[in-house]
This record gives sequence, C-alpha cells and structure tokens, in this order.
Amino acid sequence: MIDRNGKYSAISLITHGLRKSEWPRAWRAHDLRKSYDVVVIGGGVHGLATAYYLAKNHGITNVAVLDKGYLGGGGSGRNTAILRSNYLTPEGVRFYDRSLELYRHLAADLNFNVMFSRRGHLTLAHNDGSLRTMRWRAEVNKLQGIDSQVIDPAQVKELVPHLDTSDETRYPILGALYHPPGGIIRHDAVVWGYARAADRLGVHLHQKTEVTGIDVVNERVTGVRTNRGAISAPIVVNCTAGWSTLISDMAGVRTPVQTFPLQAAVTEPVRPFLHAVVVSGTLHVYVSQTDRGELVFGASVDPFQSYSMRGSLEFVEGLAAHVLELMPGLSQMRLLRQWAGLCDMTPDYSPIMGTTPVEGFYLDVGWGTYGFKAGPVSGESMAQAIATRSTPEIISAFGLDRFAEGELVGEKGAAAVGH
Amino acid sequence: MIELPCPWCGPRGVSEFRYVGEGATRPDPATATPQEWRAYLYLHENARGWVRENWYHTAGCRRFFKLERETESNETRAAT
Repeated sequence: MIDRNGKYSAISLITHGLRKSEWPRAWRAHDLRKSYDVVVIGGGVHGLATAYYLAKNHGITNVAVLDKGYLGGGGSGRNTAILRSNYLTPEGVRFYDRSLELYRHLAADLNFNVMFSRRGHLTLAHNDGSLRTMRWRAEVNKLQGIDSQVIDPAQVKELVPHLDTSDETRYPILGALYHPPGGIIRHDAVVWGYARAADRLGVHLHQKTEVTGIDVVNERVTGVRTNRGAISAPIVVNCTAGWSTLISDMAGVRTPVQTFPLQAAVTEPVRPFLHAVVVSGTLHVYVSQTDRGELVFGASVDPFQSYSMRGSLEFVEGLAAHVLELMPGLSQMRLLRQWAGLCDMTPDYSPIMGTTPVEGFYLDVGWGTYGFKAGPVSGESMAQAIATRSTPEIISAFGLDRFAEGELVGEKGAAAVGH
Repeated sequence: MIELPCPWCGPRGVSEFRYVGEGATRPDPATATPQEWRAYLYLHENARGWVRENWYHTAGCRRFFKLERETESNETRAAT
C-alpha cells in the first residue's frame, strides 16, 4: 500500500504495480466542520486552485471547497482544454500569460501528470477585418513579450497540411495569428491534480454539498447554508460557473452575467495528424486532436440564454459542415458524442474578480468561454486577494465596479469565436 | 429542435428566430446615475425557471413578440 502522503513517481508506480493492491484514493472525504476560515463554492479548477494556493502560498489551510455535484463536473470537465495567452488587451495578455506559465510547471508543482502539450495555436483569418484584428493582437502580444505573429496561407499549410488553403472555398484562408506557446492539456487531470494537492495540504473537499443560502449580516458575510448543514465562515468565495448568478444573488450581489450554453463534440480516435490547435472565428469552430487521437470540436455559445446542458442535432450538423469547410479530408470520420457546458458571459468578455459590496464575499465569476485556461492564475490571485486583503495588480482591471465606472476590458475580439 | 410559438405564424423551429432577451425600461438620461445606467445596460435577471422574454421572427413574419420559456428545459409556451 502506498503511503497517502507518498509522491507519485516511476518507483511508486512499479512497486505498487507489483503489489497489485488498490491505489489509495487521491483525496479524502470529511464530515462538515461547523466553521472554516474560508469557504470556496465550486469544486472546479478555479475553486480548487484558489484553495490550493491559499494553503500553499499563504498557509491558510482551514478551507472548505463545496460542490453540489462532483469535482470537475461543470465547466472544468466540459471545456475544450485549449491554453493560450494571445489576447487583445494588455490586461488580458498579462493575466492569461501568467496562467500559461503556471500551467507549464503545473505537473511538477502538483506531482500529477496534467499532460500539457505545447503545440502551437492558429487563429485563422478569412476576411480583411479579422486579418486586421490579428495584426493588432500580434502587436499587443509582442509588446507584452508573447510569442505571437501573423503568418500567410503558405505557412499555415506547412503547419497544418490538412487545411484547405486554396481560394476555391467559401471562406478562403487569408492568413492566421500563430501563437507557438499555445496548446492543450488534460482538463480532468488538472482538476484531480489540484484536488489531491489541496487535500494533502489539509483543505477539506466536500462533494455533493449544495449551497442553499448565504448568510449576510450588516453587509458582512457570516457563513453559508448547505444541504448537509450550516457553516460559519468570515470569507466566502464564489468560484462557480454557469450558476454564478444564482450564488451571487444569495448574497444579494448582482452581477452583469448571462448564462449561455456552449456545445462541443468529439470524434472517434485516429492516428495523430493534427499537430496544432486550429481556430476559425468566421466559421465559429475550433479543432484540436487529443493525445488519445480524438478530434475535439468546440463552437460559439448558443444564440439564447439558457441553463440547458443538452446538445442538439442542428448544432452538430452545422459544426460538422464548418469543420469540413476547413478540412474536407475528415468527411468519413464519425462523431462519438456531443455535450454542452454553461458559460457565464459578461458584457466585455472579461471575468469579474475580487471584492463585492458585501464584506468577505469574493467573486471569481463571469468566466464566459475562457475560464479553464485562466484556472491557475485565478486561483493564485484570488488566494492572494483573500490572504492579503488587497487586490493584486494582475486582477485589478477585473473588479465588479468597472461596469459602473465604464472601464470595461474589451476582450470580445480575442476571447471567443461567436462574433 | 426547440419550437417557439409565434403568435402570427404558429409553432416554428428556433433557428428562424432571433433572441432579443429580457425587457428593460430605459432610465431618463437627464437624471440617471451611473449605477442606474449600469443596471439598465448590463444587469439581467438571468433566471433559472420560467421567464417572460422578447423574440423576433427573423425568417418569418419579422415581428417582435413575447414568449414564456423554462430556461433549464427550454420548454416554451405562448405568453399570457
């Protein structure tokens, strides 16, 4: 039997394999304590990362992470696992690049193989307008020290030979924004790695624990009520996605968030042939090949607000048609499954992070279509905000008060494919 | 496909329509505070459950109408 605190390593794998015993659970279950120093609502990558960095960087270990379902069952398990930092605003570029940096070293940091595959990220331009935005993004990126450049169709063809770069198509490829540090990662492994590492530092992870109310006295948060009992806590962090407005409403905090489903699909596995992430804003689609060989297709958000997580046939038909416009050679491939996740869209396509008018109630919400790639930096900066009781510079542009002040961080041109 | 009950054309597939969303009353520009503008521009109920909302029949009668929809199941019914 491996010691629970033992590290995963080649030696532990061999000795454990030879003993043929069950692997111990990666994290424990606990009874609910009556009080915690910090309660994090939402057991996805954001909530778990926040708890992990609270314990690791700031020594705050009396922390509970509550999830109404299972860890990583929401947006963390439903995204398309693409990582990149080639955003449009300096605030966005800095923020997402810090996340990419943390992702690069995450496997060693968490002692968990998160399978980060740095393979290059291509955003295709099919018209002059998007080519102009690509140039703009490339220059903003270069100023921040990010490897990002505009390339021509011949270079695109070299990187991804299966793309139809001819001018015979409905939307010919005029060029692309090429971002070599981008890539994909095993999203479930990121959740499990953070969960295991947080558990080892003493954080309590409570699954099937649904928050039913948040107690606020004199504009100050005092605790939460759950289906397993009440918890008193001076600090409550909303790290949910999809249901974030329902949680914020419990504390009496209104946020400019609307929930839209985003649908995705995956094909049967084939041999590796696609060695870059390919995104097309015009065709509302992004494609990557996982380490298992499946092609993952993602789309833009559905055209109306909804909490439904059911996929639809008209969606896969449209998605498949768009993928075939890019790569006609895939016409014989079969789809294995499709699903939907919920995206909390904000007016400027940037998140809402930090304090609220209710003292002790923190927000880490509004993660639209870009939440997963921001997981590590969000956890790190939310932990810092809570521990130091001040807003870190890197998230200062993302406060809830920016909407009243009119200081929006417009990322629509770089954060999603749905425009 | 989800069907929407257009009061003029009858039940039609959702892809014929454009989502307009929750209605909101525009505050008076002369007297509104920044907070009121923020609420008008950006805040939505984003309710889970039955809502009353506006749609536009783009590929049909090209008229606006009100509709009731359950936002988790996407069940719809004519607005009463």
